[in-house]
Amino acid sequence: MTMKTLLAGATLALGLATGAAADGHEPVTVGFVYVGPVGDGGWTYEHDQGRLAVEEAFGDAVETVFVESVPEGPDAERVMTQMALQGADLIFTTSFGYMDQTIAVAEKFPDVMFEHATGYKRADNVSTYSARFYEGRAVQGHIAGQMTESNIIGYIASFPIPEVIRGINSAYLHAKEVNPDVEFKIIWAYTWFDPAKEAEAATVLIEQGADVILQHTDSTAPQAAAQAAGNVVTFGQASDMAEFAPFPRVSSIIDDWAPYYVARTQAVIDGTWESTDTWDGIGPGMVGIGEITDAVPAEVKASAEALVETLRSGEYHAFSGPINKQDGSAWLAEGEIADDGTLAGMDFYVEGLTAEIPQ
Amino acid sequence: MDLSSINPILLLASLMVAATPIILAAIGELVVERAGVLNLGVEGMMITGAVCGFIVAVNTGSPWLGFLGAAVGGAILSLLFGVLTQLLLSNQVATGLALTLFGLGLSALMGQGYIGIKAPEFADWHIPLLGDIPIIGPVIFQHDPMVYVGLIIVTAVWAFLKYSRAGLILRAVGENHEAAHALGYHVIRVRLLAIMFGGACAGLGGAYLSLVRVPQWTEGMTAGAGWIALAIVVFASWRPWRLLLGAYLFGGVTVLQLNLQAAGAAIAVEYLSMAPYLATIVVLVIMRAGRAPGSLGQSFHASR
Repeated sequence: MTMKTLLAGATLALGLATGAAADGHEPVTVGFVYVGPVGDGGWTYEHDQGRLAVEEAFGDAVETVFVESVPEGPDAERVMTQMALQGADLIFTTSFGYMDQTIAVAEKFPDVMFEHATGYKRADNVSTYSARFYEGRAVQGHIAGQMTESNIIGYIASFPIPEVIRGINSAYLHAKEVNPDVEFKIIWAYTWFDPAKEAEAATVLIEQGADVILQHTDSTAPQAAAQAAGNVVTFGQASDMAEFAPFPRVSSIIDDWAPYYVARTQAVIDGTWESTDTWDGIGPGMVGIGEITDAVPAEVKASAEALVETLRSGEYHAFSGPINKQDGSAWLAEGEIADDGTLAGMDFYVEGLTAEIPQ
Repeated sequence: MDLSSINPILLLASLMVAATPIILAAIGELVVERAGVLNLGVEGMMITGAVCGFIVAVNTGSPWLGFLGAAVGGAILSLLFGVLTQLLLSNQVATGLALTLFGLGLSALMGQGYIGIKAPEFADWHIPLLGDIPIIGPVIFQHDPMVYVGLIIVTAVWAFLKYSRAGLILRAVGENHEAAHALGYHVIRVRLLAIMFGGACAGLGGAYLSLVRVPQWTEGMTAGAGWIALAIVVFASWRPWRLLLGAYLFGGVTVLQLNLQAAGAAIAVEYLSMAPYLATIVVLVIMRAGRAPGSLGQSFHASR
């Protein structure tokens, strides 16, 4: 079985290589650098779904290559350089920690286009793109605040970067809105993907009384830990994680990169590619909310779905004043909404969170 | 900070669970290194064991058969290392590193159809009488059986190396393979058996992750546990009891730092994350460091 798969893969690779050479015209090559394995069931899995969508959309006109489990750091630079040298025309670097490496490699290859996910540094041939995950976090907080009985919500965070801090703030604000007594316990795992560590963190949070676990790490291990505990609610992260539905997983945030990847590849083919900064949320469909299961009481489900709709239409912004910062100083006044600049660089907790952000 | 939210009993109990995969992998590597072979492929054998165990357990519905499959899978992979280094005399360091890379790739390939599937349940034991003792019961006697299998293996290895004739031969082979050969012992055979034992133990350690601790299959799920096991063998100066101490210390501080974080301790998270590594290194270095087996990492051929 495995041998067959292996042989089939080898034959396929050979066929692709010779096919491309025989065709005469060069297919556009699109490279993807992944921080985890494509089988993580979360973040990288969804990026790879986007890659597959590109393959499907363009057929023979586009060739995709990917490297998985690339550590953030010098290794990433090596991988990107290698991709560029091998003729990639467009390279997606799909983790925040690739930011400086992407800029450095892009400088050396001005003819190669780069797309860096969740970062904030751009260049003539480097675009940035991200999704407004915090909109999904608002929905999670809204459900979590009403599902918790112990009033303790556990949060497995990855790295103290604006994207993660935004998610914590958004979830907390909306949990607090529906449940003033709610308390967040936050563990920084300092990894995007380490199932053993994530399981450990989830277990510790559960032992300390949390009955809802939110995660900003990529594996499904916390879901399994919650399932073993029996009465703990979780949410799918980055991917639907539907195998844990209807309980413990009661909803999810789904990243849908496919339309963006297809559009950007098309732009390279057409020669219309430009350096841009894309930040889309529930409205344009880059952030999806997975089905809210029946484990959630009907009225909570209804109000959560109403919240999704107002976020989708733009009627409501997840960071709407009045909001104070953790130290009590005013951030947003009544009726004011957060500007993208502040959100993009968010490095503070909102009032009510007790922990400190690691420096 | 609210330290009262940390329950010391649960903390100690999860320490034993957190340390088990490392104990299993490390005790196997200890035997390998005492036989004079340096196999850096622990990570690769662990992850292969994790996927083999998972596949067998899912298909048979029995976690026990899963662990057996993991041990066999790990042993087969280690035999590859054994043939290359012992019979074909390739460099042990390079072969071991290659084994890790190979194992990571092989496991990803084998696990393709098993992503997102749940493992059959492996229930905790509640040992009668002993499990009912207050405090000690929940800490020591209410775990899944593999925790005890790990402890039994450590005890058995200790007794084997210290008291048995076969253990003496194994140590002789590791200390000075030429002398052992001159005495008529089969250096290669002893080493191949040790390597396979190491592979089987690493496989068990990996399967403990995929069947008990996580419990599911995800690519790259060992995430460096094999390297920690290798380091603990060295810092434990190749002695089983110190190895146990090192693994518990590492597992304990890992769990403790997560607990401190969740309780909102005012210590920088970076220091907490470093703590398990630092504490393990410091303690094991302070205890008088032992000497490496004399022939560690050297190839042996009877003609030399």
